[in-house]
Amino acid sequence: MSGKSSGNPARVAWSIVASLVAFMMLFAAGCGSSSNNGGSTAGELKKLGKGEGQVNLVEWPGYVEPQWVKPFEKQTGCKVNNKDAGTSDEMIQLMRTGQYDGVSASGNATARLVDGGDVAPVNVDLVPNYKTIFPDLKNQPYNTFDGVHYGIPHGRGANLLMWNVNDVKPAPKSWSIILDPKEAAKYKGKISVYDDPIYIADAAVYLKAHDPSLGIDNPYELNDKQFSAAVNLLKEQKPNVGEYWSSATKQISSFSNGNDQVAATWQYQYFALKADNQPVAVTPESQGFVPSEGATGWSDTWMISSKAKHPNCMYKWMDWIVSPKVNAQVAEFFGEAPAQSKACNFTSDKNFCDKYHAGVPAFWKRVYYWQTPVADCGNGSSDCKDYNDWVNAWTDIKG
Amino acid sequence: MEAADALASAPKRSVGRRLADLFHGRSRLQVAALLAGPLGWMVIIYLGSLAILLVAAFWGVDPLSGELTKSLTTDNFKTLWNDSVYRDVAWRTIRTAALVTLTDAVLAFPIAFYMAKVASRRTTAVLVVAVLMPLWSFYLVKVYAWDIMLSANGIVNSVLGHIGVNGPGFGITAVWLVESYLWLPFMILPLYAGLERIPNSMISASEDLGAGPFTTFRRVILPLAFPAVVAGSIFTFSLTLGDFITPQLVGGGTQFIGNVIFSNITNNQPLASAFAMVPIAVMIVYLLIARRLGAFEHL
Repeated sequence: MSGKSSGNPARVAWSIVASLVAFMMLFAAGCGSSSNNGGSTAGELKKLGKGEGQVNLVEWPGYVEPQWVKPFEKQTGCKVNNKDAGTSDEMIQLMRTGQYDGVSASGNATARLVDGGDVAPVNVDLVPNYKTIFPDLKNQPYNTFDGVHYGIPHGRGANLLMWNVNDVKPAPKSWSIILDPKEAAKYKGKISVYDDPIYIADAAVYLKAHDPSLGIDNPYELNDKQFSAAVNLLKEQKPNVGEYWSSATKQISSFSNGNDQVAATWQYQYFALKADNQPVAVTPESQGFVPSEGATGWSDTWMISSKAKHPNCMYKWMDWIVSPKVNAQVAEFFGEAPAQSKACNFTSDKNFCDKYHAGVPAFWKRVYYWQTPVADCGNGSSDCKDYNDWVNAWTDIKG
Repeated sequence: MEAADALASAPKRSVGRRLADLFHGRSRLQVAALLAGPLGWMVIIYLGSLAILLVAAFWGVDPLSGELTKSLTTDNFKTLWNDSVYRDVAWRTIRTAALVTLTDAVLAFPIAFYMAKVASRRTTAVLVVAVLMPLWSFYLVKVYAWDIMLSANGIVNSVLGHIGVNGPGFGITAVWLVESYLWLPFMILPLYAGLERIPNSMISASEDLGAGPFTTFRRVILPLAFPAVVAGSIFTFSLTLGDFITPQLVGGGTQFIGNVIFSNITNNQPLASAFAMVPIAVMIVYLLIARRLGAFEHL
C-alpha cells in the first residue's frame, strides 16, 4: 500500500469538507438570486370532487373536537389530522410548511397568509352554508382581499378578563386591574397576559378609553405617539406580570396552581377551569363579557392552503364547520358567537346567541378583532407602525 | 490457477471486480469514498443549514407577510447592536449559562470524586446509573415537573413555608435552578472520568510530602482535573445557552436568546438569524479557550 505517499487522510477529509461547503454556499447564494416572491397562487377550486380520504388542519385549541370531527369523518370519509396552534405566528409557520390543507386564521394572520401566497381564494359557491352566514362577517377586510374571498367565517368573540374570585375582590369591571400600574401592583407576580405582539392592542384599547388626547381610533392602527404610549404602558405592566402565556394549557395549569390570580385570557381556558371547579370568574354576561373599555377579540376564518393536497376534503370541512348544527356545537363548546345565523336554532341553550350577541352588529363595535398592523393603515399618511415594529416592541417590552 | 487467470483477464469483468481494481493502491480515493457519505451528511444537513442561516442574516423581510426579500443588508446587525434589549438578553443568557456551569461544577466535584476515588466498584456502578437515570426521561417532563414544584401552591413553597421562607417563584432564579438540575449529569460524567485518570499514587505522594487534604486538593487534584471540568462545562454552558423552553416555562417572562429567536422566526427570520450568530460566536470563542485548556482530551 502506498498510503503514506499519497497524502494525509485528514487533508483529504478537509478538502472534501471545503468543497462541499463551497457547494452549499453556492446553493444558498443561488436561492438568493432566484427569488420567488409569494409562492404559487393557486386559483380557486371550480368544482367539488371526491374526498381525498383525509385533511390536515391547523386550528385554535377547541375548534377541532371529536364531537363534530367523528361525524364529519363518517359522513365524508375524510380523516381529520389536526394540530393546535397557540399564536397566529405559529399558525403561519405551520401553514408555510405546506403540510396542512387549512387553517382557522384570525385577522392578524389572514392578510399575512394572503400576502405570502400561503392560502388560495375560496369559491364560496362550493360552500352551500356560506349563504346564511351573518352578513356583517362577510366581505370584511380580514377575509376578502380586492373583492376575492379568501375564507369562510367561523365565529367571533372577545378576549376575556378573568380572575380568581377568592383572591380578587371586588369583581373588576375594567382592564385597569391589570393595566393601571397602581392597581396592577396589588397583584404583582399574579398577573398573566398573552405572550404575543398583538397584546399591544389591548393596551391601545385601554388608552383609547383612558387617554382620549392620544386620539386612538383603531387599536391596530397606531402612529408613533400612540404606539409609544401603548408600549410604555406595557413596560410599566411588566414588573407586575407573573407570566406571559402562549399556550392555553399552560395558563390553565397556572390558574389551578395558584400562580395566576388575574389574567387576559380566552374562553377556552375559562371554560376548562370552570369544568374543573376552579374559583374563576370573567366579566359578567350583563356586561356582554366585555370590560368597560371594550376588548380585543377575534373573527376567525377557515382558509385553504395554496398547496393543499386534499382540497376537496378541505371544502367539505369548511362547509361542515359552518353548517347550522355543527357551528352551534363549536360556538357553545368554545364560548363564542357563531358565524352561521341558522346555528342559533340549534344551540342547547336557547338564549345562547342573545348572550353572545351573535346577530347584533352594534355590539361588535366595541370588540376590536385582531388584525395585522400595517404601515399604510388608511389614515392617508402611512405613518402607522407595521407588524415588524410590533414584534420588536414586544421583545423590548419583555426586556 | 489457469482457470482463475483466464477469468481475471476475461474482457467481461464484474462491476465489483472493476471497482476493486479502481481503488487498489489509491489510498486517497479509498479515504474519499469512505468519508464521502458521513461527511456529506454532516456538511449538507448540518453545516449547510448553518450556511443558509448565515446568509439569511443579511437579508431583509417584507413587513406584511414576513417573506424574505433577498437583497443584501446589514440592518439586522445594526438593530441588534443599537437596540439595548438584544444586548441585555444576550448578556443575561451568557451570565446564566456561566452561573449554571459554575453551580454544576461545584455540585459535581464531590459526587465525581466520591465515585472515582472513594466508593467501591459496586457503589460506583450504582452511582453512575443514578446519574444517568434522569437522562432517560424526556426533557419536557423534567421541566414541567419543576414548573409544578415551583408554582405558588407547589412543594417548594410548602416545604420552605415551614421555615417562613418563600420559594423563588418563576423568574431568572427558577431558570438557573432548573438549568443547573437539567445539565448536572453532563458535568459529573466527564469529571468522574477525569478524576479516575489521576493515579492514586499522586495523592499519596502529596500526602507523604506533608501536604494537607486542602493543599492536595488545590495543588494536585484540581490542576489535574481542571481540563475535565472545562470539558464538562462545554456541555453545561452550551446547553443552557441554547435552551429556550425552560425560560419559557419557568422564567415568568424572562427572555433568553432562544426566546427572542423563536418569537422572531416567523415574521423576521433575518433578525432571528442574525441573533443566532451571537451564541455561535460565543461558543466558538468558548471552544477555542477550552481547547487551549486541554479539555478536548477529556471529552
